[in-house]
Amino acid sequence: MSTAGTRLALALGGRLEPRPRVAARRHGIVRRVLPPLILGVALLGLWQGYVALSGVRASILPSPVDVGRALVRDRSLLLSSTWTTLSEILIGYAAAVLVGVVLATAVSSSRVVERALYPWLVVSQMIPIPVLAPVVVLWTGFDIRPKVIVIALVTFFPIAVNTIDGLRATEPELVGLLRTLGAGRWEIFRVARLPNALPYVFSGLRVSAAFAVIGAVFAEWVGSTSVGLGTLILDYNAQNATADLFAVVVALAVIGVALFGAVGIVERVLVPWWQLEE
Amino acid sequence: MKLAASGLAKSFAGGVEALADVSIELAEGEFVSIVGPSGCGKSTLLAMLAGLLEPTAGRILLDGREPPGGLLGRIGYMPQRDLLMEWRTTLQNATLGLELAGVGRAAARDRALAEVGRFGLAGFEDRRPSALSGGMRQRAALLRTFLAGRDVLALDEPFGALDALTREAMREWLLGVWEADRKTILLVTHDVEEAVFLSDRVYVMTGRPGRIRAAVDVALPRPRALEVTSTAAFAALKDQLLAPLREQARAGLGVQ
Repeated sequence: MSTAGTRLALALGGRLEPRPRVAARRHGIVRRVLPPLILGVALLGLWQGYVALSGVRASILPSPVDVGRALVRDRSLLLSSTWTTLSEILIGYAAAVLVGVVLATAVSSSRVVERALYPWLVVSQMIPIPVLAPVVVLWTGFDIRPKVIVIALVTFFPIAVNTIDGLRATEPELVGLLRTLGAGRWEIFRVARLPNALPYVFSGLRVSAAFAVIGAVFAEWVGSTSVGLGTLILDYNAQNATADLFAVVVALAVIGVALFGAVGIVERVLVPWWQLEE
Repeated sequence: MKLAASGLAKSFAGGVEALADVSIELAEGEFVSIVGPSGCGKSTLLAMLAGLLEPTAGRILLDGREPPGGLLGRIGYMPQRDLLMEWRTTLQNATLGLELAGVGRAAARDRALAEVGRFGLAGFEDRRPSALSGGMRQRAALLRTFLAGRDVLALDEPFGALDALTREAMREWLLGVWEADRKTILLVTHDVEEAVFLSDRVYVMTGRPGRIRAAVDVALPRPRALEVTSTAAFAALKDQLLAPLREQARAGLGVQ
């Protein structure tokens, strides 16, 4: 089971053996930001040039300038919808962290629990979100609840799997040493297993950050009483307002990147030993 | 006897016999070494003394009796690797035993701070283990073992991973610490010179299964300095201990 679990975790982008990250020096920030910025601007230029030269219709492929105009034009609607979607994501994600870590702790605490629970954790991920979302809406209605549940369901798994790996990765010799120093199961967990698992937990959190955005869009597509970014996608698509549709995608990307970045910042605070000096 | 093991044997699942009929004795305040090649069962023996492994046969007596509730937690055990936790500072690693014994954080810190000078860790109290040199890491692990406050210490190749010069300095330093505290120490090593230099008595162990081949009392005067290693008496003791080890090494290679 564990090999299947690890393979799945790897497929989902988790790392098995996290390596200490080398801390960036102060002027390294420029070096880190500049390359993606240059590449991004270059790609946008190519895109703008292609649209201008090919004469493709804006309803098929809007130019970056069109998308920029749509961002300005729709700003108040985009802002309020971003807020709606972001709150769904934050609540669902927080629930996933809680559920994922608790499940991982349960699975790693005993062989019997592991055998009973682990296969079902994997099965829970085999249900496609487009199937899952309408059912959850059917059960809970059109308010924020189904969104939170769907987001939590798609994001808890990478967190749980990585945390399980992390809790297991504690060196047996260290556990032995702690026992000779009088540590019981709880103390071994608190002193060694949990801190040792933290870098793995954050690997899972980063993978989940991307899933959370996708989950939110799917959940909103089923139907919603409040307007989120997923709802906006449906509306603009129906109106053939492609530039506005792209503007929504930009907003979704901003949420995803911000969430990813926020996880990184929390990691720096909670796992300072993982950023070793050069 | 402070610590006495008699007729210890250990077989693992699958019929692997790691240890057969091992008997050793340590008087109070004695420094005793077990020297043997890697894989001879030294670490298995220490794990049994530390209470982490149950012997298949034999008895281990501490202060003349089998401790009620088992050996776990009775002996200060230092595994081969330093096992310092990167998420703790040097001082927090050193106070681990005190913390687990319920000593308050401030009191534990004070007791560790009183020892950092003697353990050569002054100035590195609040650094993470990755900032320490190999020798400092071992001294931090030794401080953790000492602070846990047990009378008998079992050290598993504490200097095995260090370079030759650091190793030599660490031996002399450990001897100084022992002479000041007079704890009962059992040291496991594959280095005959290390064993002779440090010990009152040396057991020679050979492997597969692990057996005690010889027990040699080291009558060199104390306190000892590194110069003792170039005396004739030292060389004679070394030869005496090396003979059974060489014999087995040759047998293992199939050389007659």
